[in-house]
Amino acid sequence: MQTELRSSLAGNQCSDHLLHRLHDLQSRFQHIPAQEIPPLATELQLPISQVEAVIDFYSFFHRSPRGRIDLLFSNCTSCGDLSLMQQLCTSLDVSPGITRADGAVSIDETSCIGMCDQGASLLVNGRIMTRLNPQRLQQIAGLVNAGTPLDAWPAEWFAVPDHVRHPGLLLNDALQPGAGLRAAIQRGAENLLAEINQSGLRGRGGAGFNTSLKWQLCRDAPATTRYVVCNADEGEPGTFKDRVLLNTYAQQVFEGMTLCAYAIGAKHGYLYLRGEYRYLLPTLEATLAEQRAANLLGENILQQPGFNFDISIVVGAGAYICGEESALLESLEQKRGVPRVRPPFPVTHGYLGQPTVVDNVETLVAATHIAVQGGQWFKAQGTEKSAGSKVLSVSGDCATPGIYEFPFGTSLQQVLDACGGQDAQAVQVGGPSGTLVGQAEFGRKLAFEDLATGGSIMVYGAQRDLLAVVRNFSHFFAHESCGFCTPCRVGTPLLRKYVDKIASGHGTPYDQEEMARLAKVMKRRSHCGLGQTAANPLLDLLERFPHVCTDRLLHQDYEPFFNLDAALATTRTLTHRDDAEAHLS
Amino acid sequence: MTNNTLFIDGQEIPFEAGQTIMDAALAAGIYIPHLCHKPGLSPHGSCKLCTVDVDGRSASACTLPASNGMQVDNNTPALNEVRKTLTQMLFVEGNHLCPTCSKSGDCTLQALGYHFGMLDGHFPPFYPRREVDASHPSVMLDRDRCILCELCVRASREVDGKNVFAISGRGAQSHLIVNTVSGKLGDSDLQTGDMAAHICPVGAILIKDHGYEVPIGMRTFDLHSVAESDVASPVTLKKTEHHDA
Repeated sequence: MQTELRSSLAGNQCSDHLLHRLHDLQSRFQHIPAQEIPPLATELQLPISQVEAVIDFYSFFHRSPRGRIDLLFSNCTSCGDLSLMQQLCTSLDVSPGITRADGAVSIDETSCIGMCDQGASLLVNGRIMTRLNPQRLQQIAGLVNAGTPLDAWPAEWFAVPDHVRHPGLLLNDALQPGAGLRAAIQRGAENLLAEINQSGLRGRGGAGFNTSLKWQLCRDAPATTRYVVCNADEGEPGTFKDRVLLNTYAQQVFEGMTLCAYAIGAKHGYLYLRGEYRYLLPTLEATLAEQRAANLLGENILQQPGFNFDISIVVGAGAYICGEESALLESLEQKRGVPRVRPPFPVTHGYLGQPTVVDNVETLVAATHIAVQGGQWFKAQGTEKSAGSKVLSVSGDCATPGIYEFPFGTSLQQVLDACGGQDAQAVQVGGPSGTLVGQAEFGRKLAFEDLATGGSIMVYGAQRDLLAVVRNFSHFFAHESCGFCTPCRVGTPLLRKYVDKIASGHGTPYDQEEMARLAKVMKRRSHCGLGQTAANPLLDLLERFPHVCTDRLLHQDYEPFFNLDAALATTRTLTHRDDAEAHLS
Repeated sequence: MTNNTLFIDGQEIPFEAGQTIMDAALAAGIYIPHLCHKPGLSPHGSCKLCTVDVDGRSASACTLPASNGMQVDNNTPALNEVRKTLTQMLFVEGNHLCPTCSKSGDCTLQALGYHFGMLDGHFPPFYPRREVDASHPSVMLDRDRCILCELCVRASREVDGKNVFAISGRGAQSHLIVNTVSGKLGDSDLQTGDMAAHICPVGAILIKDHGYEVPIGMRTFDLHSVAESDVASPVTLKKTEHHDA
């Protein structure tokens, strides 16, 4: 049986969490050395198979050494540019994924790192570097070859500005720390719940579950221990609003968690931070320390006898699926991030089997404002079914990518006008798991009842190849599928094969039909949201931009997947040949 | 009791509180295709072959609790087509070469392929490279055939009182591992009498030195339809045994 994680002296980081211990090993040795695994398992009292399974599940742990400088280029359509990766590989004489023989450097790609408003970006030894360009890459190559330690690289390269372009209801509303808690304590827990209920607040992660109902169900679940978990595993490509909220509004995030704890009677909370945002950890820990000092966390909060609550931060290690709330809880419990069977739901059986509220970062920020300003203030904006505002992450082919907060019900066209994305041919709303729409639908409203979004708005200009975009997404999902259920585990790599085949000009109308049939099986029969949405971009493309696919199809009944020329690639590598004679066609 | 019934393809069947749709169906003699489910072990819901439509919504029969008045579609052409597709996906994902596999005829995956009228793998095969583990004196682990159903994982933990197996990795790289420092089965406490050594529905875990003891034509699914598996009544499946436990 699992027990609650012991916290370190600092009180806010679970230093003995398996993910943190593995991160330490990875940082120290550039991989997880095999001989370190048995003693770690013994020390943490975990089965050795659990430690092994976790190492192989999360992308940021490796079995063989990475370079002392380990560069991971985002492969997102907004914050990635793999041509830059190829350029750096050439300058440093490195192949992607293979550490250079001297151990100095390794280069690879990684899923979206949430820097979509910052230009092409990468992670270097877990730190963020944005606004990449060929000149910067030359400088990086020089520093790597000179053996300059990362700490001596120019500090301004690691700056990540917020880019709040259009603040709205929440971001314009300056709050004093503790204002929400003071108001809540004055009202009492029941009235806080009533206020949240009146606000009509729904979860901002995308699913849109009624927040007050979630809190109420957790409060009513029979148990002595309850938990609040903040889902800061913002992994949906094109989404970065939680990054900004955590960077500048962390106080309101933590206060929202404390308000939830007050409402449901929780003593402990966890913020699960995606590994890509590890650079935010010092800011977040400093904020927690301030809040403890101000008696907004800890024992007898704001002199309320028995109101005890504290927050620990657990940092992920590269797994999109952990944004799914039950997979997140598995990850918190030091396991592979595999979504649980539901029912039961986390509100009754969550972390360690106890009733748990898992809320999105933005939801908790909104709750803090509602506690101060009241439900009516919030409900005055938005639509009947989608109250309040939405913090949008706008990126892609537009003049001013960044954070835009608009009331729900705002049309996509209004957002495009605001960000300078007027020449868009298509917009991916809600990230790859959302909806791909064309110009005919730009009048649609951003709202749960129309175009639902967790906040990602990816703009694609006229020059973009939409098949390349969809192909990127199908690679993303195949990389991120957890592997639990058949439709997703096998379906996502199959979709990738079909899209690759069509994109390379080898697809037939039959392939397209089979791909669509498979996509529908995955959508309807997968275990969780990842598999159920993985085929959305493809199905949307076929429905709204049919010519994009059909234009590339061969006019023949059948073309095998097996491509003899491609299969000879290994031979060409071995013989150091790539001339015309070494190719079949 | 009249208020504890649900309907499977229109047939009214009783259920007891706490039962899943699968439990209720099997108890009533109704077969819902399944691979990762085995009565007596905790349900898993990963293979999705027991996919049914409940009041129009897709669900796994093995994990969804039965509730009063549920209308469950099970044996319909559309659902069996979905299940056939899923079976094909399981075939192309691994290296399933039935003619050379000693489990042929006793393999539930193969039997389901026949059950759904599957004529080919249909999708491009993955041809994964997977490790074979022959280190155990009497049990063979051939991961080429593993379908990640986790029956061995659960049998070891829940019935044998051990913890021999686990699933590691992610996505298409998911694979069965052994809970030992070496990762080898030979270093584990698995014994031939353990349920985990016998429960594999495919040929991934086999007892050594007992292959081909039962001739083809006399094997489990030569004598029975897979639709008789685990169904409480009226038929009790007589499994062929290749070995003395």
